Amino acid sequence: MKARIYVTLKNGVLDPQGKAIQHALVALGFDGVDDVRQGKFIELELRETDSVKAKANVEEMCKKLLSNPVIENYSIHIE
Amino acid sequence: MKSAVLMFPASNCDRDMVVALTKITGTKPEIIWHNDSTIPDVDLIALPGGFSFGDYLRAGAMAARSPAVKAVIEHANRGGKLIGICNGFQVLTETGLLPGALMRNASLKFICKDALLKVENNQTSFTNAYAKDQLITVPAAHHDGNYFADEKVLGQLEDNDQVIFRYVDDQGRATDTANLNGSRHNIAGIMNRQGNVLGMMPHPERHIEDVQGGTDGLAFFESIINSLNS
Repeated sequence: MKARIYVTLKNGVLDPQGKAIQHALVALGFDGVDDVRQGKFIELELRETDSVKAKANVEEMCKKLLSNPVIENYSIHIE
Repeated sequence: MKSAVLMFPASNCDRDMVVALTKITGTKPEIIWHNDSTIPDVDLIALPGGFSFGDYLRAGAMAARSPAVKAVIEHANRGGKLIGICNGFQVLTETGLLPGALMRNASLKFICKDALLKVENNQTSFTNAYAKDQLITVPAAHHDGNYFADEKVLGQLEDNDQVIFRYVDDQGRATDTANLNGSRHNIAGIMNRQGNVLGMMPHPERHIEDVQGGTDGLAFFESIINSLNS
């Protein structure tokens, strides 16, 4: 099965890259973008067939490596 | 003083650190490869600057999980002295030995210039050869040096005098203009609560001889020797 993981910056953590992207969008003539937050998308191919076990395992991966809990949140989608 | 320098794939300041430690201690440090799971008994371990593992995922993230760093954490937990410079600082925050995180510079630009720092606390194993509030010039070269921690952690760092170096102007003021990379509280270097682990973004090992443009980094290493002899 597949795990899709979204890693995003926590609220209150400044995102200078997101700001730069927002400015670039405005410069290209796209208006109406009030804010941009940049994150990461990670896709895993898992051997596990039990989705509950898979999620628990990926949760551990997120805590130990895939995210930095000081600055980032994560969400896991198993399919 | 016996010392060791870790090397990761894409470390690039390891040689500078070896040269500095050899010159100042009179003994060549041991070189530890990231895959080594044991580290010889030394007084000081240094994590050098560079772009370990290509900064993949997050700066320092991969190095922090390497076998050698596992042994480094045990060294630190036994009270052994440990310094992380630049990428080494990033690795230390990723291990959790030091609080906070180092994010992309607020300007988004790679910064390569001499940084003016204030020695905020000279009662440490790493700064006892400096005067309190001394202004020193130390070269900085980094893309991800923007120190972040939440208010609670920042409060603890300040209350416990764990902020060791701050980016300041020539009057010693921690202004926004002097804040090289957008770091919270102008933080350039911090220490753990126990006082045996220090991380900083600028490179003291690059200012140890006149030919390098300055020698303000010498006292950093002399301080460590002093602390071992006292």
